[in-house]
Amino acid sequence: MSSAIKQARRSNGGARPQAKLRRHEWLAVLRAAARSRRGMIGLGIAGFVVGVAVIGPFVAPYPATEFVTSAFAPPSKDAWLGGDILGRDVLSRTLEGGWLLLIISAAATALGVAFGALAGITAAYYKGWRDGLIMRVVDIILAFPAIVFALLLVSVAGPKLWLVVVAVAATHAPQVARVMRAAALDICEKDFVKASEIIRMPPRKIIRRDILPNLVTPLMVETGLRMTWSIVIIAGLSFIGFGLQPPAPNWGLMLNENRIGLVSNPWSVVVPALLIALLTVGLNTFTDAVARVSIGVERPVGEEPFLEERLIGRTLDSADV
Amino acid sequence: MSDVRVSIDDLRVVLAKSDVDVVDEISLTVSAGEVVGLVGESGSGKTTVALALLGHARRGLAVADGTVDLEGSDVLQMSAAELQHLRGRRVAYVPQDPSSALNPSLKVGYQLREALKAHENDGLEVPDIAERMEQVLGEVHLAASKEILDSYPHQLSGGQQQRIALAMAFSCRPELIVLDEPTTGLDVATQRHVLDTVRGLCSSYGVAAVYVTHDLAVIAEIADRVAVMYAGRIIELGSTVAVFESPAHPYTDGLLKAIPSPEISHCLVGMEGTPPSPGRRPPGCAFEPRCPHAIAACAEAPPKMVPVNGADHAARCIRAREIIRTSMGVDELARSAECQERASGEPMMVVEGLDGFYADKQILFDVGFSVPETSCVAVVGESGSGKTTLARCLTGMHGHWTGEVSFAGRSIKQLARDRDLEVLRAMQYIFQNPYTSLNPRKTVGQLVEQPLAHFFKLSARERTDRVVATLEAAALSGDFLDRYPDQLSGGERQRVAIARALVVEPKLLVCDEVTSALDVSVQAAVVELLRRLQRERGLSLLFITHNLALVRSIAQEVIVLHEGRVVERGPTDTVLSHPVDDYTIRLLEDVPKLTALTASPVAPSPALLP
Repeated sequence: MSSAIKQARRSNGGARPQAKLRRHEWLAVLRAAARSRRGMIGLGIAGFVVGVAVIGPFVAPYPATEFVTSAFAPPSKDAWLGGDILGRDVLSRTLEGGWLLLIISAAATALGVAFGALAGITAAYYKGWRDGLIMRVVDIILAFPAIVFALLLVSVAGPKLWLVVVAVAATHAPQVARVMRAAALDICEKDFVKASEIIRMPPRKIIRRDILPNLVTPLMVETGLRMTWSIVIIAGLSFIGFGLQPPAPNWGLMLNENRIGLVSNPWSVVVPALLIALLTVGLNTFTDAVARVSIGVERPVGEEPFLEERLIGRTLDSADV
Repeated sequence: MSDVRVSIDDLRVVLAKSDVDVVDEISLTVSAGEVVGLVGESGSGKTTVALALLGHARRGLAVADGTVDLEGSDVLQMSAAELQHLRGRRVAYVPQDPSSALNPSLKVGYQLREALKAHENDGLEVPDIAERMEQVLGEVHLAASKEILDSYPHQLSGGQQQRIALAMAFSCRPELIVLDEPTTGLDVATQRHVLDTVRGLCSSYGVAAVYVTHDLAVIAEIADRVAVMYAGRIIELGSTVAVFESPAHPYTDGLLKAIPSPEISHCLVGMEGTPPSPGRRPPGCAFEPRCPHAIAACAEAPPKMVPVNGADHAARCIRAREIIRTSMGVDELARSAECQERASGEPMMVVEGLDGFYADKQILFDVGFSVPETSCVAVVGESGSGKTTLARCLTGMHGHWTGEVSFAGRSIKQLARDRDLEVLRAMQYIFQNPYTSLNPRKTVGQLVEQPLAHFFKLSARERTDRVVATLEAAALSGDFLDRYPDQLSGGERQRVAIARALVVEPKLLVCDEVTSALDVSVQAAVVELLRRLQRERGLSLLFITHNLALVRSIAQEVIVLHEGRVVERGPTDTVLSHPVDDYTIRLLEDVPKLTALTASPVAPSPALLP
């Protein structure tokens, strides 16, 4: 028997390699998304902004709170992006003003998604009064616009860092809960969940082992979307003076401080605004790529058979039974 | 019947992007008034061929080569406008699922009229549309009453919907009709009606028909000639009688051995392996890896069609002429050894006076039976008979029932969550659909280990050993431990589901339509596995099915369920050979049988003639 035949024999039972990748399906999806065109663009843009935020503090020419030049001085050799309202270096403040914003956004996102997912899945799995209770609470929170709700919390308890995180997380949780509940409802009706139920497997185990792993993809997409929202809300809170406090720099705050000097030194507003915009656009694009890869609409560049194999599978499975 | 209506010549359909063939070398002719059966398992390409007859290729596919000659014009060369005139008028199509083919928001009368009106400009002359509608509805045994015409599709039963679709297809008096599994999903009685109607209409109007199905028994009833497809090729072609009595291709032979029959009790023989998918087909014969007769030459080049027993019968196998002598046709099968042993012991499960409800509606009425130790009891019924509800009540998934069920001598509670772990362990349930009953995010090892860890306190090492041993008992090797369900075929998935039930050493397995989602060759292998396990491990089985033919091959006792009541019960042989209840008798008559070949074809009834 020639080796070609052996090869064919081996592969003829269907696609069998890649077992290692599948163990962490979400990693595989992320990897595939990162290699798709859309994902590359998104990751590139977001990566650039994150790079600025992370490396920035180490390469900033001046301390962020040092008065370097005059108020709203136009760009010069000493201060490449000119001065801000108090004559501090815009470039240095921009380079230093990102990391805290990012960390806080990430923390708020993680907290919000975790709570929301827990609430959504619980509601979907138990149904009945738990579902009613959770979803009505969700409805009440959703009745407030996100930024108003966060403002409400912060204005009551004062602008503390942890409170900003909690407030932003609280605006995310209900939205995440809704999405996850819808996704989980579908999974909860699957036979493999029933198979665990009829042997009296404890509900917590069922949720952890049977339901959660099947929700990883929507959870990732949701996390990406929420992250962009977090950034926008936290920057927004800083802009109206409730988020991160001066004199420490951050992009949202910079917009607020410098907007009166928009004409004299536009860079002091445009640069932080642009970075926020790029970050959200980049993250959103990447999230979109993740969502598309997971349903097979997008595929890594140069991997033609990927989609096609799924297509064969789909057409043959659905119509040729 | 030598008047050739349509001839397919060397048809090749490929994946549009990569030029990988989905079907290739398809040549077939259909004469006026003839029904040609196109039979194959899932993925064999039979639907692709059927759609090519309408000049259509599904998304992602493209016709690469070949001709479909319909009375002198090549369907594959037609423009979109020409195809529009062709479809419905000259070539009609009956889809598999009428409920999705009929527009749910239009009355069926309107849709039927539309079919006729759409072709008014194509030279279709119907002087009186109302009269024609009445006529075609009469042909499919529906009254052209206001009641029917004014109803929406969802107000009709599945059988009625399919007959509307048939009436629509025949209304323009097409030259060729393509039927794509029109009876899948219908009850046997309705299937019987539809088959008789198709047969009658084809012969009375001289319509050529291509009947696509995976069910060989249906082919035996309806087709004059049959083309068996495997991996995108026609591997055997001949008159139905010739193919069924002396199959020349080992695959056809295997398929025939895998089909259960309600009349004869024989060991089902499954085929191991799965058909290769497009792009993964071996260089030689596509069936070679699974073929018991394979020789070295088989793997070298794709075989050509070889005529056997005259020009009419041909098979794509280089050893066809040798194999035809060793293969068994239906006749031999009938004489094959009885391989059903009798067993009856103490009752393992006793059900008395079970009434089951959904909301306020009573589904089950006073159901009573018992399952003796180490034997298999089959529950047979059509859809809506309450058989699945019964399974759900017994396994504690559905709690709204009254009555007395005792298991291993102890009375059991309504819901699973109120039952002892011991009861839950000893009675295991196997789901109908292995595509949804296995968590796609778990490996086979994890799936089988999960219940084991739940019921027993064992070390990780002991668990692994038992999981491997159980997988082997379910005819899967330890290699499967790290695979995920989507890497498995349907049959392998169902074996994993069986292993998951088996690993906790149950006494009773409740099998709910476990083979209905599988192809026949795989179904046979799964049924054989269950039989073997029953014998070797002293298991009791409660085998729930709508397939009467399967019952002979597995069950010692049978219970017939009709509208929630037990209408007949007893030993399998007695019930199936000498049924007493009217319903059972009718059910048995309606089951399509391979042996129908020997009977004369259905004569067109005079009422059908124009």
